[in-house]
Amino acid sequence: MAEFEFETEGVVKKFMFLNRKAPYGTIYALEVLETVLISAAFDQEVCLAFVDDGVYQIMKGCDTAETSGMKNFSKTYRALEGYDIEQLFVEKESMEARGLSEDNFIVDVQVIPASEMATLIAGQDVVISG
Amino acid sequence: MNIGILVNEGPFTHQASDSAYMFAKAAIAKGHQVPRVFFYYDGVNNGNKLSEPQSDDRDLVKLWGKLADDHGVDLVVCVAAGLRRGIKDDILADGFRISGLGQLIEAGMGCDRLVTFGD
Repeated sequence: MAEFEFETEGVVKKFMFLNRKAPYGTIYALEVLETVLISAAFDQEVCLAFVDDGVYQIMKGCDTAETSGMKNFSKTYRALEGYDIEQLFVEKESMEARGLSEDNFIVDVQVIPASEMATLIAGQDVVISG
Repeated sequence: MNIGILVNEGPFTHQASDSAYMFAKAAIAKGHQVPRVFFYYDGVNNGNKLSEPQSDDRDLVKLWGKLADDHGVDLVVCVAAGLRRGIKDDILADGFRISGLGQLIEAGMGCDRLVTFGD
């Protein structure tokens, strides 16, 4: 099939990557992160949100060597800044329900309550969840 | 309206692919355009031509291919996710092509809506 030609010249949209799953055990977090990195090349307004078990994605001390053997990609979150992706949001309720605080995270985040998260999501043009 | 679709799960194991297919058909029937469907995660398995479901079941790989043929829908299998799962050009079903994640971002930028099917 021929590739469809989109009109994207000058288009800047708000993209949110909504992370809802634990980092290891399934591949979702890793493959979302691959999409995030690609999105940086398109000069869009990109933000990341961490809700539910997704808050574990940015937790300090993840070690996969003796468990699944899955590639440890936790440090990639620290590299996002270098891609000008600096808007990282954590849902307060999800964080607290798991006994976590901002001190447990490997990156600087903005912690917001679920009500604000809902508003933030509603304000996006494109939400890609995983 | 231009509607892009993201399919995040493989066929048969999960309903996401069926739902996405039926959504695409319904949207087109209502006069909308579905310029591109992007297959990611295990969704890349939707493009595996070796898939051979039982004869009394629906054949999703072929249904997607027919949708592409009938309506010019661009079916894109992610190259990185595909390589992990052994989905390469030599087993790619008719109507699909393999390309990069940029095609997903481009669909998000160029469509009025991007609708995700998966967990």
